[in-house]
Order: sequence, then structure tokens, then C-alpha cells
Amino acid sequence: MVKKSGAQILVDTLQEQGVDTIFGFPGGSVLPIYDALYDADIRHILTRHEQGAAHAADGYARASGRPGVCLATSGPGATNLVTGIANAYMDSVPLVAFTGQVTTGLLGRDSFQEADITGITMPVTKHNYIVKDTRELAGVIREAFYIATTGRPGPVLVDIPKDVASNEIEYQDPGPVNLPGYHPQPVPPAEQLNRAAAAILRSERPVIYAGGGVVSSGAHRELRQLAEMLLAPVATTLMGLGSFPGDHPLSLGMPGMHGSKYANYAFCECDLLIAVGVRFDDRVTGKIDCFAPRAKILHIDIDPAEIGKNVRVDIPLVGDVRQVLAALIERLEAKLPGAWQEKIDTWKKEYPVTYEENGHLKPQQVIREIYRVTGGQARITTEVGQHQMWAAHYYTYTRPRSFISSGGLGTMGYGFPAAIGVQVACPGETVFDIAGDGSIQMNIQELATAVNYELPVNVAIMNNGFLGMVRQWQELFYNRRYAYTELVNPDFVRLAEAYGAAGRRVTTAREVAPALEEAVAAQKPVMLDFVIEREENVLPFVPPGESLDHML
Amino acid sequence: MRHTLAVLVENNPGVLARVAGLFSRRGYNIDSLAVGRTENPAVSRMTIVVEGDDRVLEQVTKQLHKLIDVIKINDVTVDEYVDRELVLIKVSADSGQRGEIMQIADIFRARIVDLGRRTITLECTGNDGKINAFEESLRPYGIKELVRTGKIAMLRGNRFTNLNTNGNREDEQ
Repeated sequence: MVKKSGAQILVDTLQEQGVDTIFGFPGGSVLPIYDALYDADIRHILTRHEQGAAHAADGYARASGRPGVCLATSGPGATNLVTGIANAYMDSVPLVAFTGQVTTGLLGRDSFQEADITGITMPVTKHNYIVKDTRELAGVIREAFYIATTGRPGPVLVDIPKDVASNEIEYQDPGPVNLPGYHPQPVPPAEQLNRAAAAILRSERPVIYAGGGVVSSGAHRELRQLAEMLLAPVATTLMGLGSFPGDHPLSLGMPGMHGSKYANYAFCECDLLIAVGVRFDDRVTGKIDCFAPRAKILHIDIDPAEIGKNVRVDIPLVGDVRQVLAALIERLEAKLPGAWQEKIDTWKKEYPVTYEENGHLKPQQVIREIYRVTGGQARITTEVGQHQMWAAHYYTYTRPRSFISSGGLGTMGYGFPAAIGVQVACPGETVFDIAGDGSIQMNIQELATAVNYELPVNVAIMNNGFLGMVRQWQELFYNRRYAYTELVNPDFVRLAEAYGAAGRRVTTAREVAPALEEAVAAQKPVMLDFVIEREENVLPFVPPGESLDHML
Repeated sequence: MRHTLAVLVENNPGVLARVAGLFSRRGYNIDSLAVGRTENPAVSRMTIVVEGDDRVLEQVTKQLHKLIDVIKINDVTVDEYVDRELVLIKVSADSGQRGEIMQIADIFRARIVDLGRRTITLECTGNDGKINAFEESLRPYGIKELVRTGKIAMLRGNRFTNLNTNGNREDEQ
């Protein structure tokens, strides 16, 4: 038998799980782990803040479809991961977070850099562990990856006390994962599929409501096949953008609070809503009692707890979205266009998603230009706020995993470290973080990481000198009282340069394209400061608590 | 409506915190909760009494199922079952009142487990209704202290809620 330290077991098990990259930040209690990593064939990306490591691992996972891995020390290192873990939890991202912990003998005594991270992360992880015996480590790590990546994906945290990492044991293989309480159901029963197929065939005004589940199960081909077969228009949520080609004639864009009018009208008028890998978030449904009032709701999801959580569901189909769609397609036949398709086309012509030009630099214009310059082939990440909604509307996403954004938790500061993770997962691709001047400052220290690892991430700041989305709500609902939303910003160009990145300020429309072309051509991190119209609003807008047909 | 859930969980540290945390953050009300080991030392059984309509109960069950440590859940209330709770009640009793209290104990088939100079401590088991009635009968004497275990429950007859059986309907031989 071989003698191995816990840290060595960790590194070996990570390699067995196919992990090629870790995003992390060292510290006292992870010293043994870092020592083992030093010789390992695993790339370690040193972020400048643990939150950056968690978001980068999340971005890596969303872009690649493989689990993201992050590592931090005990206490503040671990607590700094929490926002990133919660973010991954809300958006069902497979993430495995490792934290160091004080030695087992010091646990529970308020020791230096001790934090009860399993207690803290219980509500924001799919599962978590504290490993108190080196012999359990390999088995726990296998379980962690299995849980994170199967069923509804999500983050799993493994807390490793320092002595558990440094102790040497006679290594014994723990064997395959055996979890008696965990059996994700891949396909629903046949009779339920038949019921669903019958309802679909009966419906005259079907709409497909597609979300993140389509992306994570890799069901974009099946989704397209289903839509084209039924001639059913497809609305993609923020998490689902790219799962159905945004330039397809059946695409409705995004539904909900900042959705397109035609998507919202389609939800209000349809007689069957085919919900695929979605969770009926309040930002999508608006006033829940008035949601899809004329429709039967068919809900496909891998997580049984999502069925009936927020809305009544007439036909639930619990299972893997891709397998369920494939099974449904077998039971369906192609439909002919009719009045419904005509009505949708009329709405699309009547209520296009658009903006007014007035000579000032408009964010929508900048984002359209990013689309044009990158040929629609870039991976886009965003922060959270107005720019995020503009990025959702004005860049057309045609493939899955090309739009990467913090949906559920709405984490400002997500986009830039996520872009770093995306660039690591997709070397050679063009990556843009579309940011706001507020959000970018929440993790701007990661410029050092991008420069350090020569990751040519582009940051496009939509700089309006405000926390724009909050300002918009203040304008509309708080009598234009702009309480603490106006920002005094640093010089982003000089800031980028100080970090060793390139920076450029753009104030007029005609400078936009050349600046973008230059940024894409430069093989280094670039920060573009687009000084945009200060009080531009995100429209359409369903005021909170209103039903979807009440749009501003 | 009140439901009694028999929840089999892996006997891991933190499992109680996971279940309790789930109930509090999702806003479900626990009426009572009793936990202990089962015939299998790797498995504990929680008996959770939860108040709510069918929708709430469905969500509670599904959310509980999402916890990796939860192996199996049965709503015993939908079937024939027996349930029991144990209560210890310490009442004021001077020597003149002891006789009456002992008579009450007799009626409820309770036992006297401790006798002090001015108190009697009684133990009683039964279902909710009986325990409540017992408590009411003793209230006039002055209840000094009362502790209940929370309900435990089991299906009647040849039906089981353990790991090796598949739901309520065990084949009746």
C-alpha cells in the first residue's frame, strides 16, 4: 500500500476527476494543500480576492460545462467565497469549493482564522462536508464532484482541517460513490410523456419558455427541433439566452420585467406554456396571479421541488431536459403555421426592442457594435444592472454558454472575474465583460490576475456615473430622489494602465467601432470606458408587482 | 392540516441542522420534531409534525428530499398509524393533594417517577389528545415544569417505513 498525505490525496483525486484548473488564494491552513499543488499537473490561477476565485471558477464552469474548482484558506478566505458560492447555487452551476480549516484539535474554540464555513454555507450549497479524518477525504471528494455535476447542478463545499491535509495514511481506494439518499430521476414515466404530448398536440397557441436547464443539460438542439416542429415561439430567460438562436424567426427574446413586449404578450395570450428548465422567477412572472392566465402549464425540470413551487403546474415532467425533450419529440408531429404565428409576427413588428438615438453615446449602440465587431461569436459576461439588461437585449446570442451572467443572486462584481474564468476555459476566444461603472469596481482588483496570466479579457464599461438601475427605480418610484447612487469614479483608463492592461475612453459614437476593433486585436486585457448618456433607462419595464401586460 | 412525516436520514453530523435550517429558511412551521437512531445504526429517524395545506406539504417533502442526507420520507398521516409522545410533568402537591393526583395518574395510566416534599413528577405516554387532557387535568394543582418529547409514529400492521421497504404498501401475507 502507498503512504499519502491528505493534500496528496486531494491533488490525486482532483486529477482523477479531470480537474485541470483551480482558482485560489493561499493562506495558513491550506499550506499543505498548496505544497502538494506546487508539483501537480494542475494549473493554479491566483486571483487577488477569494470572491474573484469563486466567480472565476463559476465562469469557467458555465463556459465549459465542466465543474469549476476554487480553493481558499480558513476563516476570511472561506467567508470571502460565500457570495460566489451563493451565486453558483442560485444559478445551478457545478462548482466544488475547497476550504482550509484550523486543525481538528482547535475546532470550535474560536481559533485564529476559524469560521464555521459548513454552517455558514449550508443554505447556499447543494451539499457540504467537513472532513475530520484523512481516510475519508478521497471518498468525500468523489461524492462532491458527483453531487455538483449530476441532477440539478450546484456548488458543493469541502472543508479540510490542516492536520487532515498534512496527515499521512496508508491510502485505500474508497470505491465508487454510494449515496442512498440521492438518485436524480433522468426520465419521467411514459404515460406522463404521453399526456404532455397530447396536450401539446391539442394546443393552438403554444409558447416555449426556456431557461438555464436547457444550457446545463445540453438540450439546445432538441429545443430547436421541438420549436420548429410545433412552430412555437421561444422566449429565453436571462439564464437561457443562447439556448435558442436569438436570430431565429421563432425567437421572442427575453420575457419578464425587462423582457420584450412580444414575449410578454405571448405569455399572456398563449394556451399552453411549455416551461423548459426554468423556475418561474418573480422577475419573469411579474404578478403571479396574472401569469399566463389562459394557459395550461407544462413544466419540464430535473428538480422535482421546482414543480409547483411558484405557479400551479398542469403537467409536470421531472427529468433531464434533453432526454425529456427527445422523448417528447418522438411523440409529436409537425404543425402548420396559423393565426397564432401571424399574431406573434405582428407583435414583433409592432413592438420591437429599440431605443432612441439623440446624438449622445448610447449603451445599446455600444453593445450592438460589440456584436458586430465580434461577429456574434464572443463570450459575453456581465455584471448586474442596466448594462446587464442592455447586454441581454442588444447582443444576439446564437449558441449556448455564450452569455454568462449572474441571474438569481444578481451579484455586482461577478462579470469580470467570471470573464477571467471563461477566458481560461476558452483560450483563443474573444471574451467581453459588459460592465457598469459601479459593478466593475466591486472586483476590479482582478485586473492584476488578467495581466498576470496574460488573459486578453475585454471590459466594456457602460459608464453613466450612476448606479444606473437603482437610479432608474429612484427616478420612477422615488420621485427622482437620487439617494447615494451618483458615483465619483476613478480614471478607468489610467487605472487599467497602472495594472499593466490597456485602457481607452470613448465618448462619441464614431469612436466605438475602432476602439472595439483595436481591443479585440490587442492580445492583452483591455478596459474600455464608454461614457454613455447618464440617465438612459432600461425599457421595456414591467413595474414590480404588475402583470406582464403592464409594460412601460 | 397537520401531517406526521417519518424521515429517514443518514446518521451524519449536521443532519439535524440541515433539516432545521431548511424549515426555518423556507418558512415552514414545525409543530414537533423527534430524532433518534433506528435498528440500523447508520440511519436515524426523524418524526416531524408539520402544519400546512397540501401545497405546503408537497414542497416540504420535495425540499427535504433535496437534502443529500435524507434517504426516505413517509407521510404516515395518510395511512393507519400509531403515534406516541411522552411527557414529564412536575406538579405542586402537598400531602393533602397527593391522593387526588394519584387518582388522575391512574385514569391516564401515568406513572409517578419522583416524589418531592412539595412536588410530584409524573410520566405519561399517549397520543396528542391524551397528553393534552392529562396536562389539563393537572393544571389546577399548579404545573411547575413540563417537558414533551415530541411525537413518534409508526404505520399499523404489516406496513413499514424502513429502508428496505418501498413505501407504505408492504405485501400483506
